[in-house]
Amino acid sequence: MSTLPATPAATRTDSPTQPDRRLPAMGGFAPAVLGIELRRVLRNRRTLAFTLIMPAVFFLIFGLPQRGQTLDNGRPVMAYVMISLAVYAAMVATTSAGGAVATERALGWSRQLRLTPLRPTAYVATKVATAMTLGLIAVVIEFVVGAAAGVRLPLDVWLLSGLAAWLGSLVFAAFGLFIGYLVPAENVMQFIGPILAVLAMFGGLFVPVEVLPHVLQQVAKFTPVYGMGELARAPLTGDGVSMAGVANMVFWTLAFGVGAARLFRRDTARV
Amino acid sequence: MTSTHPAVELNGLTKTFGTVTAVDGLSLRVQPGEVVAFLGPNGAGKTTTIDMLLGLARPDAGTVRVLGGTADDAVARGRVAAVLQTGGLLKDLTVGETVRMTAHFYRHTRPAAEVLERAGIADIADRIVGRCSGGQQQRLRFALALLPDPDLMVLDEPTTGMDVEGRRDFWQALRRDARDGRTVIFATHYLDEADAYADRIVLVRQGRIVADGTTAEIKNLAAGRTVRATLPGADQAALAALPGVDAVEVRGDSVLVRTGDSDAIARHLLTRTAARDVEITSRNLEDAFLALTTERIGA
Repeated sequence: MSTLPATPAATRTDSPTQPDRRLPAMGGFAPAVLGIELRRVLRNRRTLAFTLIMPAVFFLIFGLPQRGQTLDNGRPVMAYVMISLAVYAAMVATTSAGGAVATERALGWSRQLRLTPLRPTAYVATKVATAMTLGLIAVVIEFVVGAAAGVRLPLDVWLLSGLAAWLGSLVFAAFGLFIGYLVPAENVMQFIGPILAVLAMFGGLFVPVEVLPHVLQQVAKFTPVYGMGELARAPLTGDGVSMAGVANMVFWTLAFGVGAARLFRRDTARV
Repeated sequence: MTSTHPAVELNGLTKTFGTVTAVDGLSLRVQPGEVVAFLGPNGAGKTTTIDMLLGLARPDAGTVRVLGGTADDAVARGRVAAVLQTGGLLKDLTVGETVRMTAHFYRHTRPAAEVLERAGIADIADRIVGRCSGGQQQRLRFALALLPDPDLMVLDEPTTGMDVEGRRDFWQALRRDARDGRTVIFATHYLDEADAYADRIVLVRQGRIVADGTTAEIKNLAAGRTVRATLPGADQAALAALPGVDAVEVRGDSVLVRTGDSDAIARHLLTRTAARDVEITSRNLEDAFLALTTERIGA
């Protein structure tokens, strides 16, 4: 019946036209919401400090003193540090944006959303889009700080490394969503932060994996940052990407993606 | 099309949580344009019924029809909107951002400025939600519910936790917006709210409807007086047969007569029987509410 042309309800007095009762396009997914989401994230001082400022400061502390040092292929060590920290910045940014689901569930906002036409999948799409936008901002900031500090690289290395760092952080957008649907807590990033730091270390983002003790090196290959770190640095080092690195990325993307999807289905199921 | 279907049609709704039956075979039909109060004590099953009505919970048995279709469809088309106790807000958005963001989820809404105005919170549009009072947050939820210009508005104890002034402001805002044609269903445990704002009152107790009628009819349940007297060996049947007597109850040596003509009953008791200690008390809506919604001893 709702598909019939709308006729004004009989007794409506001050509303001459019946409101448009069609379903929203794309389940209510609206790019305009992204703008509000970003403004919201950038208003949060904690998020700003941990995702955008801290990685840049890390670069100034750990990267800048390596000025003039070169890798085996003659490229600057500073670039190695910069790309590693760009991966770190992107993973923290995407995790916190995905993990925002935890806060919104804890506050009861996700229940409020069920009273609107927004479909759960459109909600998750908005979260992923927000996470990836934030991840891109994080990578760009790290690169701008690096360039300002004197990192000089061929254009294709900038682009490929940047792209790899950014797209690789999709793993952590999924990780953030996974945690977000696992624990409804307002302060979820407070305990994820240290976990991310440990994972970043195993991924060789703070020091090269090769300097870790042998046992830890073997463990590192199975941790979720290892693959994306290797992929992002490959354009710089020219080492190429190992099968283990690719398998690592695929595995963790699937693991977190499937995990998040399962928890998401459990969350949206009716009781 | 809107007018040919009931706004709400609940048939034999049942919902249990473990061993507790929250809603027990509840049936209700609400016509478009009615303003219905769902009145009952805490734990009567009001919220559970509303959750099923809105499609937030799945009934164990029974069916829900909203505006002739499913609840999900009515929500997705903006035909039904609700103000719930449990719906949370994002504390780090401003009031205005919350409304604008929610507006994006619909195909079509009233302008954000207009719903803020109608809900009486236009002056705090730039305030961060986390710094708003409970009453202001509740009016923000109300503003969100106004966005799609719904045919059916459902409110679950919308003024809980508000002070007297906040409650009055909230209902004034709702009334300002009330138009002919919009159906409103609200749950409350405040009798005066039901009395002042509803055309029809549905009394709920233990997941069942115990009374359903116009506000006047429900008030009539409370009309009349109770005559109490000490009368050992009272003849219950004889008393019940007197004109104007609604009910007779014998408790030990006491007899209680519910009646519309207390003078006649008192006179009868004092002149024709050995009754003494006669007391006459009037009943009010509060008594009717308590009588109908509290568990009787031994029941």
